[in-house]
Amino acid sequence: MSNVRLLVGTRKGAFVLTSDGKRKKWDVSGPHFAGWEIYHLKGSPADPNRLYASQSSGWFGQVIQRSEDGGKTWDAPGGGVTTAPEGMPKGESNKFVYEGEVGKHLWYDGTPHPWEFKRVWHLEPSWTDPDTVYAGVEDAALFKTTDGGHTWKELPALRHAKGHLWQPGAGGLGLHTILLDRSNPSRIFVAISAAGVFRTEDGGKTWKPATKGLKSSYELPDKSFEVGHCVHHIAMHRSRPNVLFMQKHWDVNRSDDSGDNWHEVSGNLPTDFGFPIDVHAHEPNTIYVVPIKSDSEHYPPDAKLRVYRSRSGGDEWEPLTKGLPQKDCYVNVLRDAMAVDSLDSCGVYFGTTGGQVYGSADAGDNWTAIVHDLPPVLSVEAQTL
Amino acid sequence: MIRVVLPFHLRTLARVEGEVQLEIEGLVTLRSVLDAIEARYPVLGGTIRDHATQKRRPYLRFYACEEDLSNDPPDTPLPEEVVSGKEPLFIIGAIAGG
Repeated sequence: MSNVRLLVGTRKGAFVLTSDGKRKKWDVSGPHFAGWEIYHLKGSPADPNRLYASQSSGWFGQVIQRSEDGGKTWDAPGGGVTTAPEGMPKGESNKFVYEGEVGKHLWYDGTPHPWEFKRVWHLEPSWTDPDTVYAGVEDAALFKTTDGGHTWKELPALRHAKGHLWQPGAGGLGLHTILLDRSNPSRIFVAISAAGVFRTEDGGKTWKPATKGLKSSYELPDKSFEVGHCVHHIAMHRSRPNVLFMQKHWDVNRSDDSGDNWHEVSGNLPTDFGFPIDVHAHEPNTIYVVPIKSDSEHYPPDAKLRVYRSRSGGDEWEPLTKGLPQKDCYVNVLRDAMAVDSLDSCGVYFGTTGGQVYGSADAGDNWTAIVHDLPPVLSVEAQTL
Repeated sequence: MIRVVLPFHLRTLARVEGEVQLEIEGLVTLRSVLDAIEARYPVLGGTIRDHATQKRRPYLRFYACEEDLSNDPPDTPLPEEVVSGKEPLFIIGAIAGG
C-alpha cells in the first residue's frame, strides 16, 4: 500500500505529515525552521525524497532549503560552514537578483515603483530533473535553478510582458502559481496577483498574457484588459494540459485552449471569491474550491467551512461538509493550501489560517482534521509515495 | 580575534552556538567583518545585508561598546575594543510587534 506525505508550510515553520494509504493515522514532524515563515515546500516528481522549501523572514530575508531524505534533514544548498578561505562555496542559494535594469511596476496608488525582491512564494520542481526548479517570487518574477538550488537565475522576459502595468494585490505582487506542462517542457503557465496569467511556449524566452475572456469589475491599468486581473490560483490536470481552471478574485473560470480564452464557471457557488482551486487526480473534470466571503471579510459564508466540488468542470457545484465545521468557523484557506494525492481513492487536503489541516481519503465526501493547532497554514502539498 | 554575537535565528541557520570568532587581516570594519561572516557561513549571505545593494537589512542593527553603529558607513573602523576582542560586535534583530 502506498504512503502519503503532506508538506505543510506555516507562518512559524514547516511540518511534514505522513500516513499509510488508509490515511487515518498520521505522524507529524516539525516544526522545521521554527519561527520562520515557510511560504511553500514541494518535492521533486523525479526524486520524491528531494524536497525544496522557501524559508523567509521580515528580519533576515530569503533562504532556500533542500532535503534529500523526505524532510528529515535539511541544508541550504551551498550554504554549509566553511573553515578555509580558499575554495569556499559561494553562498548564492539565497541570491535572487533581477536580471538587467530592475525596472518599475505600478504601486498601489498607480505610480511607478521599482522592483524589489521580498521572498519566494512558490517552488515548482521539474517533472524530470531533481536539480531543476522554478521559483515564483515577490515582486513578481520567475527564477530557475538547474543546480539543485545553489544558484538562481531570472527568466527576465516575463517582466517584459507589460510588467510596467503590473500592480500588487493586497498580499503583494507575488508570482504564486507555476504550472509545468508535462507533455511539453517548453510550455509554462504562471499566475501573478494582480497581473494575471502568462504563458510561454519556448521555455521562458518569450511570454504573453493569457487572459482573454476574463472579466474584472473595476478599471484595469491596462486598457486592453490583458493584464491587471487578480488571479488567485490556477490548476490543470496533467493528462489534459490544455484545460485550465482558475479561482480569480471575483469568479471561477475555465479555459479549454491553454489560456487563449476563458469563460466563467462559477455557477451555483455561494460566493465566487476564494483562493485555492485544484483538480482530482484521476478525474480531469472534477475540481475543488473553497468559497470565501469576499472580499473584506475573508472567512467562509455563514461561518460554515465548505469545500465545493464540481464533477462537470465547473458551473454545477455541490457542497462537501461532512466532518468540516458548520458553525462558528472564521478561517480562511490560502491559495497554495490545497492539494490532492494520487492514490486510487483520491485524497484531498487543505490547510486553514486557523492551523487545521483537513484531509479526505474519498475525494471530498468525508473529512477529518489531521492536525488542529498548527500556526496559520500557508501551503499544503501532497506526495504519493 | 573578532567576536560577533548573532541573533538567535541566524545562529540556528548557521548552526553555531555562542559567539562567532573571526580572524580578520587588515582594517577591521563592518564591511570586513560581514565579508568574513558570509565567507565562513555562506548560508548567511543575504540575511544581514541585501545581496544586490549590500545595504543592512532594515530590521537588523549593529552595536558595539554600547554604541549604535548601524548607520555608520560600512568602511568605518570598528572600535579598538572590538578589534582587540575585548568587546563583541552585536548583530541584533529589531524588536517588533506589540
